[in-house]
Amino acid sequence: MAKLNLLLLAVLVACALGLVTSQHRSRKLFSDFEREQARARELDIEYGRLQLEASTWGLHQRVEKIARSALGLRAPDPRRVRIVPAIVPPEPAR
Amino acid sequence: MSAATQGLVRLPPWRARVVLLVLFAAFAALGLRALYLQALRTDFLQEKGEARYSRVLEIPAIRGRILDRSGEALAVSTPVKSIWAIPSDVVLSAKERAKLAALLQMPAAEIDRKLAEAGRDFVYLKRQVAPDVADAVAALGIKGISEQREFRRYYPGGEVTAHVIGFTGIDDSGQEGVELAHQQTLGGKAGSRRVIKDRLGRIVEDVESIRAGQDGADLTLALDAKIQSLAFGALKSAVEHHHAKAGGLVVVDVQSGEILALANAPSFNPNNRARLTGAQLRNRVITDLFEPGSTLKPFTIALALESGRVSPSTLIETSPGRMTIANYTIHDAHPSGALTVAQVLQKSSNVGAAKIALGLPREAMWDLFRRVGFGTAPELGFPGAAAGRLRNYRTWHPIEQATMAYGHGISVSLLQLARAYTVFARDGELVPLTLVKAGAPAAGEKVLSTEAAREVRAMLELAVQPGGTGPRARIMGWRVAGKTGTAHKQENGSYAANKYISSFVGFAPASAPRLVIAVMLDEPSAGEYYGGAVAAPVFAQVMQGALRLLGVPHDAPLEPLELPGEEAKEST
Repeated sequence: MAKLNLLLLAVLVACALGLVTSQHRSRKLFSDFEREQARARELDIEYGRLQLEASTWGLHQRVEKIARSALGLRAPDPRRVRIVPAIVPPEPAR
Repeated sequence: MSAATQGLVRLPPWRARVVLLVLFAAFAALGLRALYLQALRTDFLQEKGEARYSRVLEIPAIRGRILDRSGEALAVSTPVKSIWAIPSDVVLSAKERAKLAALLQMPAAEIDRKLAEAGRDFVYLKRQVAPDVADAVAALGIKGISEQREFRRYYPGGEVTAHVIGFTGIDDSGQEGVELAHQQTLGGKAGSRRVIKDRLGRIVEDVESIRAGQDGADLTLALDAKIQSLAFGALKSAVEHHHAKAGGLVVVDVQSGEILALANAPSFNPNNRARLTGAQLRNRVITDLFEPGSTLKPFTIALALESGRVSPSTLIETSPGRMTIANYTIHDAHPSGALTVAQVLQKSSNVGAAKIALGLPREAMWDLFRRVGFGTAPELGFPGAAAGRLRNYRTWHPIEQATMAYGHGISVSLLQLARAYTVFARDGELVPLTLVKAGAPAAGEKVLSTEAAREVRAMLELAVQPGGTGPRARIMGWRVAGKTGTAHKQENGSYAANKYISSFVGFAPASAPRLVIAVMLDEPSAGEYYGGAVAAPVFAQVMQGALRLLGVPHDAPLEPLELPGEEAKEST
């Protein structure tokens, strides 16, 4: 009887320790998860900021101004432009 | 010795009882206290305990981005910091104050004033400062000054897209334009949740979600940033060149009903709205009404053609260039003799249009105007979209029916006019307009017979040829069709003698219309005021660029256009 009790006590202690460890692990994982989520959010915000920057640098008027003044580009004479359809029909496979 | 032992053993029995009683009383007190704490004060204590580790976190929703049709950002929210203070806690040395003032770019006296505001225990020193400035302020380590993260909306397009996008208030909620119209989707929902934090402030457990939050969704507009920029540039320089009070322009995709560009001048910079006037803010294209003038003639003629009363070659006598109905005389700028119906449109004869209209039933005219969308606000979901004024036909006098034939006595918005012209571009179908990207052709509503629409289309093409009123609307490589308009402005109920609204509405390529563009300039006062001289060149410039950007195939030979010295002057 006493032996059984001792055995049960040992099992109980082991279970209790297991519970504590798993609880700790779960909290640790959760905090990691939280951190990653916060990082994802930050990256999303950063993406927005970069998009904003790209839009600002790529502003049509700015591009046009630089193209005209700094690079000396100009729109070609319409007579020298040929418009081709965007979608080329696939050639028959043979 | 034994006597002594005897004495020790024989203690009085009451002492043991006293000890027992004291111990018992102590246990009873403990028990009662436990009962009191566990049963009676348990809520309070649990709350206090939880307060040590449990926190409620607010999750602010990030406002969705607004993008153009190709994904270019037009409005983005990005975090900034706001600096706030608890005035009673702030201890500022003179040196610290000077540093703070320099960082926040405001006079030191203003900081003092804000801190001295009586009876306030919370005051914003400056809202929405850049993150690096906020970090520098935090590095000063002044007691009582803290910062808080907020979002600020930036508009990289600036004045180019200002009127379509609108703007948000300081609390990041929409106040104008698309920002207001789509507040629901863009705004998202702020959430909150209860969590358990450990000693180091890390979240270790999610207890419950109090309110589920959701970030705002991104919104992709139909706008094409390149065409928009082109349109705004052309309109702005035309408004400056002709000393016009204002101008508006809209580009509509005929197939999908998408609004590819919508520009207004004068504009404003939505990123800095310090000195804004109402005139700058108004989205004239959508909210302002004007009497369209001759641009309405094609509808009158279309109805006459549809009803079978006339054919394009029917002769209408317009001499001597005047017509009097009930004390009111209709004039033509350049009197001509007998004109065919096609020439009435080409030369823009008021008398001819009035004569054609008087042969039509009032109800049919009213009905057509209604069907092409005049008198009802376009279902655009845009705040303040104007419906225009179209009186019921029962109240029309003959003179009103005659003037309405050439666009007087009726008021429309430029957007309504552009939409109405899709009828000619789509063989009689009116297409619903949208500001949001659709990506697919839209189903139109048949309001005019295919034959009548095609006949008017051919006449509109004639109107931009030499001999018509709008040859300056032509472009190299594509066939254009359209109509000029020059209307006297109404002021205090009567027409002002020398104030005009010049307009041009047209579409291209005429063989398979792709774009409708409507241009309007308010009070051009640099000499020229005819729609063919003021608005048509803007149309041509934007149409040429847009067709090139969209890669629309040419349908006309690539030959330089010869501009006639004298173009026909329209009457209204």
